[in-house]
Amino acid sequence: MTASPDPEQPTAYVNARLMDPASGLDTPGNLLSLNGKIADLGANLFSGGVPDGIQAVECGEKILAPGLIDMRVQLGEPGEEHKDTIASATAAAASGGITTMICLPNTNPPIDDVSLIEFMARRARENGAVKIYPYAAITRGCRGEELAEMGILAEAGAMAFTDGQNALANSLVMRRALSYASTYDLLIMQHPEDPELVKEGVMNEGEAATRLGLSGIPAAAEPIMVARDMRLVELTGARYHAAHVSTADAIDIIRRAKARGLPVTCDTAPHYFTLNETAIGDYRTFAKTSPPLRGEGDRLAVIEGLKDGTIDAIASDHAPQDQDSKRLPFAQAECGIAGLETLLPLSLALYHAGEMPLIDVLAKLTANPAGLLRLDEGRLVVGAPADLVVIDPDRPWRIDPDLFLSKSKNSPFDGHPVQGGAEITVLGRRVVFERAS
Amino acid sequence: MTRDEISFLLDLSDFYVAQNRRADKKSALLRGRTLINVFFENSTRTRTSFELAGKRLSGDVINMSVSTSAIKKGETMIDTAMTLNAMGPDVLVVRHPHSGAVKLLSQKVTCSVINAGDGSHEHPTQALLDALTIRRRRGALDGLLVAICGDILHSRVARSNIHLMNIMGARVRLIAPRTLLPAQVDRFGVEVHHDIRRGLDGCDIIMMLRLQTERMHGSFVPSIREYFHFYGLDHEKLSCAKPDALVMHPGPMNRGVEIDSELADDIDRSVIGEQVEMGVAVRMACLDTLTRDVTADASSGAPSGAEENAR
Repeated sequence: MTASPDPEQPTAYVNARLMDPASGLDTPGNLLSLNGKIADLGANLFSGGVPDGIQAVECGEKILAPGLIDMRVQLGEPGEEHKDTIASATAAAASGGITTMICLPNTNPPIDDVSLIEFMARRARENGAVKIYPYAAITRGCRGEELAEMGILAEAGAMAFTDGQNALANSLVMRRALSYASTYDLLIMQHPEDPELVKEGVMNEGEAATRLGLSGIPAAAEPIMVARDMRLVELTGARYHAAHVSTADAIDIIRRAKARGLPVTCDTAPHYFTLNETAIGDYRTFAKTSPPLRGEGDRLAVIEGLKDGTIDAIASDHAPQDQDSKRLPFAQAECGIAGLETLLPLSLALYHAGEMPLIDVLAKLTANPAGLLRLDEGRLVVGAPADLVVIDPDRPWRIDPDLFLSKSKNSPFDGHPVQGGAEITVLGRRVVFERAS
Repeated sequence: MTRDEISFLLDLSDFYVAQNRRADKKSALLRGRTLINVFFENSTRTRTSFELAGKRLSGDVINMSVSTSAIKKGETMIDTAMTLNAMGPDVLVVRHPHSGAVKLLSQKVTCSVINAGDGSHEHPTQALLDALTIRRRRGALDGLLVAICGDILHSRVARSNIHLMNIMGARVRLIAPRTLLPAQVDRFGVEVHHDIRRGLDGCDIIMMLRLQTERMHGSFVPSIREYFHFYGLDHEKLSCAKPDALVMHPGPMNRGVEIDSELADDIDRSVIGEQVEMGVAVRMACLDTLTRDVTADASSGAPSGAEENAR
């Protein structure tokens, strides 16, 4: 590794294995960035050596890929800065190889107004190590009643619309939201879970919950909501995305909807293909998530969905919680996992387990989320932002939440053995992370 | 209605426009005839317009509004209609908040019935007065490109105008967010647009529709601010239409919601005042036409339920 390059100089990333999931490119080669954009790349670039005036960054035959796009991040800012700030979350993201994150609107106050979009853009500019794009609320206050000003919010920069961790349960409001969104070709994202079936539930319904004496959330809560939404998508023609799918039945419904040509996409989070409900063990609140960790059959179905392309993307679903929110009786503890720093290594496990080719895993973290959110990022192509990550896919290590840069350390993966991670993260002209060797 | 029937009514309306512009606006055509305005839904301008039309033709005009009627005491609409019918009016002018109610009522009475607006179904005399306004400005409706913009889902004015404009050879474009468009409206022989600038491109006539207050706050559109931003007609958006495009509105207007106040008052572009004037003449023509059978053969009874309908 070389020292941090001068941001004003053209930079050559040399001796890399270029991997661009969007085009299928996987070749040894070099990449040139100029003014924060990719200026050239390929196997033959600089085959005669890097010319004078261009600083070189040695990649050591490691993978040079587009920076990861984490399409589902809960920020603590504004409102819960003790859990995470834009500064701490973006530093955590950079160390996880993430160069763009899209954050949920269920902050305090919720992002349902143009002024808050502008506030977020300014805070991200001033304090962010990586890019932050906001989602905006579908309904005012994420309350599921009155539509937010989607048209104006989209003009102001909202990437898509979601009520965050609230499901939009009212069918009429959802229909109108989809219908209105389709007017401007906007994307609606759902937290697909029937809230009436969740109610007092705190973990997956079944034997484990029964043994622990915890009230259960039936897995059916997810396919019920997804099935209804598919009907409404069919009715309205709107673009729809189901967040963090976790059940075999919901994935199957989406698989069939895609086969019928509906404009539907979905993502999942690493914990849904890495863990099942037994991770809760003896009331481990760090394994309390929404939706809950499911049974083993559902976990395998998530992997199957990733393999056959039904699940388009992997997102961290980063949800920072401080100790006080987690050190509580299980039912009273908050949901969520701090996931920015574990997104890449946990996803790479799919490759190491032989489930998926490496480039397909990276597609779920780069080109696919970029495509469904219509971002310029996420591709190694001339003219695209030079948001890059150098990945060593093989380095073995154990996850240690104490080393997280995120303010919150709530991870059930403490001590979890993984292979691979980000070595260098580049955002345009700047190196925003370089792993200390 | 056929093209000929519509043209006939518009020709006759021209005659009554002339009459209405005289100092003495009155003629004796409906002397001795009785017209009852039966309004199950509040209206000022349509009811006044019909009342004035009846009076200018020397008819006896009675206004009945639901708030003072027996409906409040539990009488059904049909019983009310039968009671009124027994009093021997020649024409009932009926407005009702429910689609199809005027048709139902017309089947139960022996006099002529004019639909003054039923639910989200039809408002035929509004379409006729719009057609008259356009024809007097442009000479003909054939080949004109007419944009109807706004709350088409709930609008009887839009439905009647789509029918009439299509019959008269104009082309119709609908411009609205999807939440304000009824299902399969593209089967009405119209072009549907969601972007007002693209929708207005090349238009000769722009009909703005009223967006009712209760639909502005998050149910059909998020807010007045957002609606005006994307769909409120102002000079800037109007510049996408033909340079001499006319702006119409059936009233009552929400200034700052569907139309910019300055534009609504722009006498070079807005014909909103003229529409009101044409309304009286069109309604005189309808009353004239519908009472002709009665005049010719009062004893045999008029064809029952001769509902004025722009279809």
